[in-house]
Formats: sequence, C-alpha cells, structure tokens
Amino acid sequence: MKTKKHWYDFLWIASALYLLLGFFNILFAWLGLICFFVPLGIAVVKGNKAYCNRYCGRGQLFELLGNKLRLSRNHPVPHFLKQKWFRYGFLIFFLAMFVNMLFTTYLVFSGASNLREVVTLLWTFRLPWQFAAGSVTKVAPWVAQFAFGFYSVMLTSTVLGLLTMALFKPRAWCVYCPMGTMTQGICKLRHGKQ
Amino acid sequence: MIKRFAVVDTALCVACGCCAKVCPKQAIAVPDGIAARVRRERCVGCGLCAKACPASVIQVQGEEIR
Repeated sequence: MKTKKHWYDFLWIASALYLLLGFFNILFAWLGLICFFVPLGIAVVKGNKAYCNRYCGRGQLFELLGNKLRLSRNHPVPHFLKQKWFRYGFLIFFLAMFVNMLFTTYLVFSGASNLREVVTLLWTFRLPWQFAAGSVTKVAPWVAQFAFGFYSVMLTSTVLGLLTMALFKPRAWCVYCPMGTMTQGICKLRHGKQ
Repeated sequence: MIKRFAVVDTALCVACGCCAKVCPKQAIAVPDGIAARVRRERCVGCGLCAKACPASVIQVQGEEIR
C-alpha cells in the first residue's frame, strides 16, 4: 500500500548528512543540539512524543537500512532491553556521560585543559579526528571541544543503534533511546501517570 | 464470529509510534506520548503494527463477537 509522503518522511537525509559532515568539519556537530531540544520542547509544551513518532531522522534511517536494504535480522529485542530498570538506567548513564562531556568543555573554557581533537567512541575508544578540525582555530577552544564531545555522543548512539538494528529489529534503538525514555517520562509527568 | 484486533502491553510500550506509521486504518496512535492505544472499532487485526513494533509489545488477539 502506497501512502502519501510528507516532508518529514525525508528527515533521514538530514541525519545521514549530519553524520557525514562530522567527518569534514567537526563544528557541524553543534547542529545535533536540535535533536536534543526539539523532542524535549515538544514533550514539555505539547505533552506528546511527536518527535519520535514523526520527525526522528535517525529512526527513519534505521528503518530504511533495516527494512528497505534488509540489513536487519528482524529478531525481537532481548526482554531486558525494554524493562524500565534498563531504559532508565541507560538514560542516567547517558546523562552522566553528557555531564562529563560538558565538564570537559568547561575545563577547556577555563583554560585548565587543552583542546583534544579526538572523538570518543562508546565512551572508551579515542579516535584521532584532526582531519575534521581544519576550522577549529577560527573559534574559541571550548566551542571546538563541545563539538568533539557532542559528535562523540551522536556517533556512539548511532553505532549502538546500527548494531541493534542489525541484530534485532530496525528501530530497536528506539526501545532504549535515552531521548525517547526522557520524553516519555516527561509525558508521564505531564499527564500525571507513574 | 471471531474479530481479531491488536493489543498493546502498555507497561512495556516505549511510545515510539512505529505502529501508527504502518497502520492502514489509522487504528493505532500514541496520543499522550506514554503508550500506543488501539481503536478497536477501526482495527482489522492485520498485524502490521505487531510486526513493526521494535519492542515486540503488540499482539493480535481474537475475541468472539455476536
């Protein structure tokens, strides 16, 4: 059955482009903040998950790779992945890593630490990323540090999403996506449910 | 006659909306961002939502109707 396509059905292009641009100029990583503030804004103001439901380019990208390109095994996700303790635990861990990234940015801002041109994958592996740091001399070091840190967050979550897409269902990432868990939590608070 | 319709485990639903996207009858939606809800009068029990659900928390069940 063919359904009418809307402009937001093509947001996967923006997500793919975002990841690609990070390989050429790390400062584009700042654009990723849109994926943080828009879902939160919608959840707080409107009290729904319209971002996940309609506008999430990353989800669309996984859907495309998993369904259209058949890169997904289409197996059910393990039971623990959808349990509240895991989803909220992962959210807390993700937020802690985010705060750590902000602190690193602060250290560079205050001059206590130097800019490190690395992208940290899966919070462990430091990948040299100088090839995309051509324009960082034109901005304050903390601006560049945040870009490296934020791109690390985005790349890590994409890698995890791709792994679970391949192993389980295309949008398996949505099951434990920290933004999804957070916006669902906000909606629960807004609608007064536990 | 047995009518088939989708049933959502709302306790485990992550409200991602994958089900609503594939439903040919607009019988399932996530109106409050908490969990998917099925409009039984519209649902034809095709199972597309169950197949698309990344958390596998939707099942198609049958119920005897007169």
